[in-house]
Amino acid sequence: MAMSDVILDIRGLDKTYAGGVKALTNVDLQIRKGEIFALLGPNGAGKTTLIGSVCGMVRPTGGSIEVFGKDLSKSWKAIRQRVGLVPQELSFDMFDKVIRQVRYSRGMFGFPPDEARVEEVLKSLSLWDKRDVSIRELSGGMKRRVMIAKALAHEPELLFLDEPTAGVDVELRRDMWRQIDALRERGVTIILTTHYIEEAEEMADRVGVINKGQILLVDDKDSIMARLGRTEAHFTLEKPLAEVPATLTKYPLHLEGEGTCLVYRGGDGTGKGKREIADLAQQLVREGLTYTGLETRDSTLEDIFVDLVEDNQAKETVQ
Amino acid sequence: MTLNLRGAYAIWKNEVMRMFRTAFGSILSPVITTSLYLVVFGAAIGSRMELPGGVEYGSFIVPGLLMLTLLTESTSNASFGIYMPKFTGAIYELLSAPVGVVETLVGFVGAAAAKSLILAAVILGTAALIIDYEIAHPVLAFFYILLVAATFSLLGFIIGLWANSFEKLQIVPLLILMPLTFLGGTFYSIDILPEPWRSVSLINPVVYLVNGLRWTFLGQSDFPIAVSLGATVAFLLICVGIIAWIFKTGWRLRE
Repeated sequence: MAMSDVILDIRGLDKTYAGGVKALTNVDLQIRKGEIFALLGPNGAGKTTLIGSVCGMVRPTGGSIEVFGKDLSKSWKAIRQRVGLVPQELSFDMFDKVIRQVRYSRGMFGFPPDEARVEEVLKSLSLWDKRDVSIRELSGGMKRRVMIAKALAHEPELLFLDEPTAGVDVELRRDMWRQIDALRERGVTIILTTHYIEEAEEMADRVGVINKGQILLVDDKDSIMARLGRTEAHFTLEKPLAEVPATLTKYPLHLEGEGTCLVYRGGDGTGKGKREIADLAQQLVREGLTYTGLETRDSTLEDIFVDLVEDNQAKETVQ
Repeated sequence: MTLNLRGAYAIWKNEVMRMFRTAFGSILSPVITTSLYLVVFGAAIGSRMELPGGVEYGSFIVPGLLMLTLLTESTSNASFGIYMPKFTGAIYELLSAPVGVVETLVGFVGAAAAKSLILAAVILGTAALIIDYEIAHPVLAFFYILLVAATFSLLGFIIGLWANSFEKLQIVPLLILMPLTFLGGTFYSIDILPEPWRSVSLINPVVYLVNGLRWTFLGQSDFPIAVSLGATVAFLLICVGIIAWIFKTGWRLRE
């Protein structure tokens, strides 16, 4: 990764709370300009603490954070002006009007009033018709949009979304994903935390898995998918093979169990994997490669996640 | 980026607008309180009081009552202003914004002090309807009111940061400020107190505030103006020092 592509560079970040709880342990994380990065982990994993360390709610006890190539502890004002945050909880002055809260946020971040920009933000979030409504009168989903509108009012280049779809219904979640996509189109770098695998899978370019304050894995979502595939099929062969037959090399196949098991890992989540497995099964029959068993299953980020968390716990138990 | 002046102005404006949402109650209640005090103490009881220097009792207590309102309103407005975002969670935005100690103080304390100035004008206007009084040094009086409003808005800001419940938010104004103000010579000259109470009164900081303001109104008070002014400025500097420390350490702000 070229250094110029790194928009956020976290090294050796530690956070121990006053009560002695160790929320982050030696976290290293590099975020690339323009990507959507999903920080995936269970509740209490340290996701919000990590975001808080960059956005100013939390004072790290160790390590360094660089944003836009500058040291956060020194150039925090210049940096924060270009960073946006949508926290998990709905928190604003409930008695205020929507448009005034958005103007307030823009001003607070040091930007001159710009009604055209405020209008654009409100319209993009379907809040324009509600602009003069007191926030407390809005539905939960609309309130969440106000939170996003506030964070977008100052045109951040780096945006943190803490559990953007926690507790929202399916429709709103889809809507939120479309919003995030639209932001990416405009070149905003987005870091979102989630404990929904589906969300990370749907949205992210890269995924980082965090548990108990430690980053377990960071990788491109696609390369994780490519490595483990979308769909897996295990053909138990009657007679072991020395290698994958040349006629079958168009499929993503390899042999396991000393040639007794032909393993397919492929597909892209569109049903291609299942079709290919069906084709493959017919071709195996045509070519006289008899199999005595067939197991198929879809592998998801969930598998990776569960494996990683279990691995981590196993390691801890050994220690 | 050195000073985020737009940010400071945005906070100030937002706070002032928030106060205007409840303007009716927050302006009306001190007006009624002051009027009642003036009618009861000034007009009714005051006619039987004799003060050193032949000062009318009514005009004697006007600066005292003004000080009473300034202290309680500045403190409670500023403490409420910073406590509410902590309570609703909206403080996240302040913490994540390019807003430092100066911007925060200009915004929150400036707005509370501005409201106190408006209140002071309203109270002086109300008092003028009930009794006759004159202001000996109007310019000095204005700056003294400004100084007190700023100082106690700073104190309120500290209380608002310190408080982690509504109870604590009210405890300092109620248990400390109110008694100190009443015992601080709002309604009487401390010279009429017997010893040792006169000497005990000298450790009450409000005594100097009331007498400072009284001097600007009447041209005379229990202490020279330099002593009162010195005590007020010292209190202001203590508050600024505490706030600087809070922002440096993140106490009650950042985890």
